[in-house]
Amino acid sequence: MTTSPADIAVIGAGPAGLAAAAAARGRGARVALLDSAGRPGGQYWRHRDGHNPIPASLRQDILAGHAVWHVEVEADGFVLHTTAGEVRARTVIVATGAYDRQLPFPGWTLPGVFTAGGAQAMLKGHGVPVGDRVVVAGTGPFLLPVAAALRHRVTGVFEAGSPLGFARHPLAVARNPGKLVEGARYLRALHGHRIPFHTRTAVVAAHGDDRVHAVTVARLDRNRRPVSEREIECDAVAVGYGFTPQLELPLQLGCDTRLDADGSLVATADEWQRASVPGVYLAGEVCGVGGAQLSVVEGAIAGAHAAGARPRRSLLRKRAALRAFAAAMHDTYRVGAGRPADDTIVCRCEEVTVREVRESVVDLGATDPRGVKLLARPGMGLCQGRVCGYATACLVAEACGRPVTAADLRGLAARPIAAPVTLGNLAEGVEDA
Amino acid sequence: MDVLVIGAGMVGAACAYHCAAAGLRVTVLDRGGVATGTTSGGEGNILVSDKEPGPELDLALLSVRRWRILGERIGADRLELEHKGGVVVARSAPALAGLADLTGRQRACGVDAVDVTAGDLPALEPNLTRDVTGGAHYPQDMQVQPMLAAAALLRAARDLGATVHTGTEVRGFLFGRDGAVTGVRAGSGDRAAGWVVNAAGTWGGEVADLAGAPLPVLPRKGFVLVTEPLPRVIRHKVYTADYVAGVASDDAGLETSVVVEGTRAGTVLIGASRERVGFDRRMSLPVIRELAAQAIGLFPFLADVTLLRTYLGFRPYCPDHLPVIGPDPRVPGLVHACGHEGAGIGLSAATGHLIAQTLTGATPDLDLAPFRPERFAA
Ligand SMILES: Cc1cc2nc3c(=O)[nH]c(=O)nc-3n(C[C@H](O)[C@H](O)[C@H](O)COP(=O)(O)OP(=O)(O)OC[C@H]3O[C@@H](n4cnc5c(N)ncnc54)[C@H](O)[C@@H]3O)c2cc1C
Ligand SMILES: Cc1cc2nc3c(=O)[nH]c(=O)nc-3n(C[C@H](O)[C@H](O)[C@H](O)COP(=O)(O)OP(=O)(O)OC[C@H]3O[C@@H](n4cnc5c(N)ncnc54)[C@H](O)[C@@H]3O)c2cc1C
Repeated sequence: MTTSPADIAVIGAGPAGLAAAAAARGRGARVALLDSAGRPGGQYWRHRDGHNPIPASLRQDILAGHAVWHVEVEADGFVLHTTAGEVRARTVIVATGAYDRQLPFPGWTLPGVFTAGGAQAMLKGHGVPVGDRVVVAGTGPFLLPVAAALRHRVTGVFEAGSPLGFARHPLAVARNPGKLVEGARYLRALHGHRIPFHTRTAVVAAHGDDRVHAVTVARLDRNRRPVSEREIECDAVAVGYGFTPQLELPLQLGCDTRLDADGSLVATADEWQRASVPGVYLAGEVCGVGGAQLSVVEGAIAGAHAAGARPRRSLLRKRAALRAFAAAMHDTYRVGAGRPADDTIVCRCEEVTVREVRESVVDLGATDPRGVKLLARPGMGLCQGRVCGYATACLVAEACGRPVTAADLRGLAARPIAAPVTLGNLAEGVEDA
Repeated sequence: MDVLVIGAGMVGAACAYHCAAAGLRVTVLDRGGVATGTTSGGEGNILVSDKEPGPELDLALLSVRRWRILGERIGADRLELEHKGGVVVARSAPALAGLADLTGRQRACGVDAVDVTAGDLPALEPNLTRDVTGGAHYPQDMQVQPMLAAAALLRAARDLGATVHTGTEVRGFLFGRDGAVTGVRAGSGDRAAGWVVNAAGTWGGEVADLAGAPLPVLPRKGFVLVTEPLPRVIRHKVYTADYVAGVASDDAGLETSVVVEGTRAGTVLIGASRERVGFDRRMSLPVIRELAAQAIGLFPFLADVTLLRTYLGFRPYCPDHLPVIGPDPRVPGLVHACGHEGAGIGLSAATGHLIAQTLTGATPDLDLAPFRPERFAA
């Protein structure tokens, strides 16, 4: 399926991609908006049919079910190889978002333990709550909407950090009064459903045989070491420690990346959301995690500029304010892998333990996460390190006695095949097979 | 006498281990990490099947014996050493005739090569295409997990007193009044040594230049495809008879002659292409597509199997496709162990063993003349 090239291909139809496509189309560009999912909306708009936030003007541009597994650079543009055929475009806007960041603790692989995003997707996308006594845990403001949506089904929210950290960033907060209102609204909702909200508390273990039936939660001291522990019964856990931007395509394209304040690897964008590679724009969480509003603003800037227009000044101001808030948020909710016990599983696909990761460094002489991956296999399985990559990088850096670097994360995030594709699909078009 | 090995890849690790086991004091330097060079960019086939009679086959036969010994000493498990055997498949009458000729000549050199009829191939490989004219079974072919094997040999060398310094680049050589090498200039300072072993793989030519003894070692790029994990659907290393021609080819253009094998983790590895395009790290879709198509040709069920990832590496090759092994008469004290092209994993065990024999003054098990470093001098 090869059609005539679009002016602009937007990859990802979440808040950033939708805003980018709308902005570009509004300025007369021919747009193709691709998403691997069957329905646009991304992480944020997961509504079931009937609640569709997608502007009617965009619907004809949307190519749903098009997972881009590789982008090739050609002289006059780009070829997007997707699971539903090739798409050509002169310019690409990468808006592939981010996915839940997970940290290992004993029992985290038990059935009934979900990511916060996964729990939200089940509820919003399929109308199915993950349990009736759900423990919501992890860090960051995105735990609140998850708990608020599950309502009376939540046993408690356990936040490893503390929102009081925002007090260190009065300016960033003052520039975003809406965020305070939003936070307060969620807290009120929790209060209304009598859901306890604990700060500086983390789930340190999940218990159960074939399904989780309880968790151990612990108060954390100033150095984030668990101090007092207690067990809580539950039938599901939703855990989220922030997000990992989805960088396969920017890395395939050779875009510059850097370490962001939340410890994630992000692609570097200039003031017009341009990547370091000509013809490539970035919008949304691929260039830093900061919430749906920021993604929309970045998308609008990218879409307008890619279509040859000058983005409005008000957008640039809004972006600056939202980014300041995101920075304050990352500073408030810091994430580290902690010190999981040696027999904790890090990589569930290949069943690699913390001990095996540490031994690859201490015994076998690996000096970075890529080396550990090659020796002990974390990240070699089906998910290709999407789940365990961040934790592996933290554990390896700790075993090496140094902080995690951008190079560490790049070594784990580079995936020449960005989405699953069958060999048959790949071989199509080869003569004489 | 002290030995300094440049390179902590499979070949450097084998040299370090065998030298340490022979009682030499060994230091290993690598500018990267352990096994992060080409050793992490290839596969772990230890093959006698793909080699024409000649010095490389002799080296491979010695290596197969040495790998068995390493497996016993270090533990086959720690190397993921598997004696799985190889199956070569012919898909046309001329290919079968060529293969039968090759197996005959290989048998005369001591290779265990069994001709197999088309009807008997499914017993060896049930999922193989039925569109075959015949094949050969090579029980001696085996495999290791290269990174694990290199790390395990370095670990064993350390237990024997060797030291390993990663993140340490060699930038020059130190010479005595008589012009002999007395050590190296490394990122971390000067290091004295009686012997310096150049096990820098694809960068062996650069290191040799630093010592003023040029060697023509060049990169030959290759891609490998990795599928999703599957149950045990492929039992041997399986490849087509065309592979042997591809390995020995002098063509600079792209060649793909696929080798398909299952790994312990369940993934199927599909390798490998051969291209001379310098150190170009870019992904090449036409190459990947060609590998996929050839693999499906051998195992039709693979069409529905998902590709998980691809990776690439740069084989160190010399113009005559033979490695460089042994002392360099141009620079006393300098010893080479590099340029093993697409067989450095397999050939490393023999290479390390021969280097240790040479440095301890023993008579090498093999005549090193075909591998001598000065053979390229015009
Ligand atoms: C549980 C949860 C609660 C949240 N609550 C809030 C909240 O209350 N307020 C708030 O501001 N933010 C919230 N967020 C964050 C918000 O969802 C994100 O900030 C926002 O969705 C980011 O937008 P994006 O467009 O960058 O990425 P995404 O929304 O992640 O969209 C990316 C899209 O790209 C597609 N894609 C990815 N890779 C490919 C590929 N290779 N080929 C084709 N398509 C691809 C994906 O299918 C996806 O549709 C929440 C997030 C979660 C998970
Ligand atoms: C796609 C592909 C498939 C392959 N399949 C097989 C196979 O199935 N079987 C097989 O036997 N072989 C195979 N090979 C070939 C095999 O991988 C190589 O021959 C082998 O890894 C070479 O090992 P080495 O130790 O010589 O080199 P390397 O592993 O590259 O080690 C050399 C080391 O030297 C270091 N170095 C370089 N310069 C310096 C310096 N100045 N100072 C300090 N350190 C330095 C590097 O950092 C590097 O770690 C394959 C190769 C490829 C690319």
